[in-house]
Amino acid sequence: MSLRIVVTVKYVPDATGDRHFAEDLTVDRDDVDGLLSELDEYAVEQALQIAEEADDAEVTVLTVGPEDAKDALRKALSMGADKAVHVEDDDLHGTDALGTSLVLAKALEHVGYDLVISGMASTDGGMGVVPAMLAERLGVPQVTLLSEVKVEDGKVTGRRDGDSASEQLEAALPAVVSVTDQSGEARYPSFKGIMAAKKKPVQSLDLSDLGIEAEEVGLEGAWTTVDEATERPARTAGTVVNDEGEGGKKLAEFLAGQKFI
Amino acid sequence: MAEVLVYVDHVDGAVRKPTLELLTLARRIGEPVAVHLGAGADTAAATLAEYGAVKVLAADAAEFADYLVVPKVDALEAAYNAVSPAAVLLPSSAEGKEIAARLAVRIGSGIITDAVDLEAGDEGPVATQSVFAASYSTKSRVTKGTPVITVKPNSAAPEAAPAAGTVEQLAVSFGEKSTGTKVVSRTPRESTGRPDLTEAAIVVSGGRGVNGAENFAIVEALADSLGAAVGASRAAVDAGWYPHTNQVGQTGKSVSPQLYIAAGISGAIQHRAGMQTSKTIVAINKDAEAPIFDLVDYGVVGDLFEVVPQLTDEIKTRKG
Ligand SMILES: Cc1cc2nc3c(=O)[nH]c(=O)nc-3n(C[C@H](O)[C@H](O)[C@H](O)COP(=O)(O)OP(=O)(O)OC[C@H]3O[C@@H](n4cnc5c(N)ncnc54)[C@H](O)[C@@H]3O)c2cc1C
Ligand SMILES: Nc1ncnc2c1ncn2[C@@H]1O[C@H](COP(=O)(O)O)[C@@H](O)[C@H]1O
Repeated sequence: MSLRIVVTVKYVPDATGDRHFAEDLTVDRDDVDGLLSELDEYAVEQALQIAEEADDAEVTVLTVGPEDAKDALRKALSMGADKAVHVEDDDLHGTDALGTSLVLAKALEHVGYDLVISGMASTDGGMGVVPAMLAERLGVPQVTLLSEVKVEDGKVTGRRDGDSASEQLEAALPAVVSVTDQSGEARYPSFKGIMAAKKKPVQSLDLSDLGIEAEEVGLEGAWTTVDEATERPARTAGTVVNDEGEGGKKLAEFLAGQKFI
Repeated sequence: MAEVLVYVDHVDGAVRKPTLELLTLARRIGEPVAVHLGAGADTAAATLAEYGAVKVLAADAAEFADYLVVPKVDALEAAYNAVSPAAVLLPSSAEGKEIAARLAVRIGSGIITDAVDLEAGDEGPVATQSVFAASYSTKSRVTKGTPVITVKPNSAAPEAAPAAGTVEQLAVSFGEKSTGTKVVSRTPRESTGRPDLTEAAIVVSGGRGVNGAENFAIVEALADSLGAAVGASRAAVDAGWYPHTNQVGQTGKSVSPQLYIAAGISGAIQHRAGMQTSKTIVAINKDAEAPIFDLVDYGVVGDLFEVVPQLTDEIKTRKG
C-alpha cells in the first residue's frame, strides 16, 4: 500500500520586505509579496526524500490560505510533490493558530494521510504550535522538531536536538512530524520540475467541504485578539567609530560608561 | 483571588530563572500555583515559595521522561481541572510551547506565545509581543477559554515575594495517547560552565567573520571576561564552527540580554529577529555598510581579530 505523505505548507509575507498589519490588525497579506515559508521547504524536502526511499509513496502539499497561496503550492510541486490541496474560503480571513489547526486537521482527514510533515514554525507568525495542535486533534503521535528523520517498517524515527539534551524518538505511523532547518538543505526546483508542476493537480476545498462552520474560524471565531499594534521606533543608530588601533579600548570605555565593566 | 498556574522548568528540582520570571508576572494576575513535574519537587518548593507560589502541585512518573510532551500535557490538564485557574503560564521554550499548544486544544482555550510582558486587564491578562523581527509591538488577549500564555526568558526581573508554597501531590492518569512517541535515548549536552544563552545578562556572538572554529576562542575569551554567554550566527553554525544550540535568530534562540555584542555578523533580518530586543547592542564589523550598524548603540568598524582581543585585555585590566 502506498505511503501517503501530506506536507503542510504556509504562504507568508516575504520577511525581507516591509511587513505590516492591516487595519483590522491581521497580518497584511495584500501589500507585500508572499512566498512559501522558507522553513516549510525543509518539510517538503524531507517528504520527497522519504518518498524516494519508500517503494510506493505519494506526496501531497496542503495549505490553508488566500488565493495567492497557490504560489506556495506551485513552488512545492515544482520541487517534486505530486499533488496539492488548497483550502480557501473568504470566511478564513483572520483565523488564528487554533482555527488553522482545526481546518488543517479536517482537511487531513478529508484527503487521508499516513504521515504529516510540517515545518518547525512559520516565518510570519512563528508560533511553532500548529504541528503539536495537529497531533492533538488527530490523536496521532507527535514527533516534532527533528533535525534527522527516517521512515521504515511503519515507524518514524528521528533526532530532536533540545536545549539540554539530544533525544532519539520513535513512533508508529500515522504520525505528525515537524522538521527543523537543520534537517538538510532544500532542493531548488529544476526547469523540468517547474514545467511539470503546471500540470499537477491542485484540489480546492472550502469550509463546507470540510464540515466547518464559518463561526468556528476567521477573525470572529478566533480565540485571541490583537488590541494594539505599534510600529517600534527604529533603533536610533548610536556612535560608530573607525578602528585606528584603539577600537577595542574605545569600546571598553563605552561599556564602562554603561556600567557593564 | 484567582489562581494562576505556572509550569515549572527545572533540572531535578533546580528551578530555572525563567520560571521565577513567570511567578513574578503571574502575581500581577492572581495567586501563582506552581506545577512541578518529575523529581525534585521538595527541593524546588523552597525556591518556588520564595518567589510567590502559594501551592506546588507535584507529580513524578517515569512517563515524563520516557515519552515526548504528551504525559506533561496530561499532568497540566489534571492541574487545570483541580484549580480552575484564571490563566496558565509556561516558558517559551520549544517544549513549553508544544505543551501549551496541546493544552489549549484540549481545554478549548486561546493561546498566546512568546509574550515579552504581561499585565492584568479588565478583560483578562494582556500580553505584549514583539513581532516581525521586533519591528512591531502588539498587545493581545485571549478571548475564549482560560488564557494559555508562553513567556520569553528575560521578560521580567524576578522579584521575591514569600508565600506558603505547600507541596501537594497531583494525581495524573495518563491517557492512551500519552505513550505514542517514545524517547528511545537521551544524550545530555555537556555543560560549558557559561551562562545559559537565553537567560544571560550579556551575550557575545560570532559570525562568518570569525572565520573558523578555532577562532571562536577569541569570542569565548571576550565572553568569559564579561561572564557572558556565547552565541553564533547561522552562517557560523552552518559552517560547523559552533553548535546549533548556540545559534541566535529566527531558527535559533531568541535572546534579550542587557548587552549584546556581535562580532563579524552582518545583521541579516533572521539574525535580528533573535536579538533586536536586547537593551544595548554593540557590533564589531570591518564593513561600515553592514546592516548591524543600524541597530547599534556603539559600533566599531574594524577587524575583529584586532578589536576583540584588545577589548578583552582592556576589560581584564579594568576589572583588575
Ligand atoms: C528561514 C531562514 C532562517 C534563518 N535563521 C537564522 C538564524 O536563526 N540566525 C542567523 O544568524 N541567521 C539565520 N538565517 C541566515 C541569515 O539570513 C544570514 O545568512 C546569516 O545571519 C548571516 O550570518 P553572518 O552575519 O555571520 O554572515 P555574513 O552575512 O556573511 O556576514 C559576515 C560579516 O562579517 C564581517 N567580517 C568578515 N571578516 C571580518 C573581520 N575579520 N572582522 C570584522 N568583521 C568581519 C563581514 O563584513 C560581514 O558583515 C536564516 C535564514 C533563513 C532563510
Ligand atoms: N495556514 C497554513 N497552511 C498550511 N500549513 C500551515 C499553516 N499554518 C501553519 N502551518 C504549518 O505549521 C507549521 C508551524 O506553523 P506555526 O505554528 O504557525 O509556526 C508550519 O511550518 C506549517 O507546516
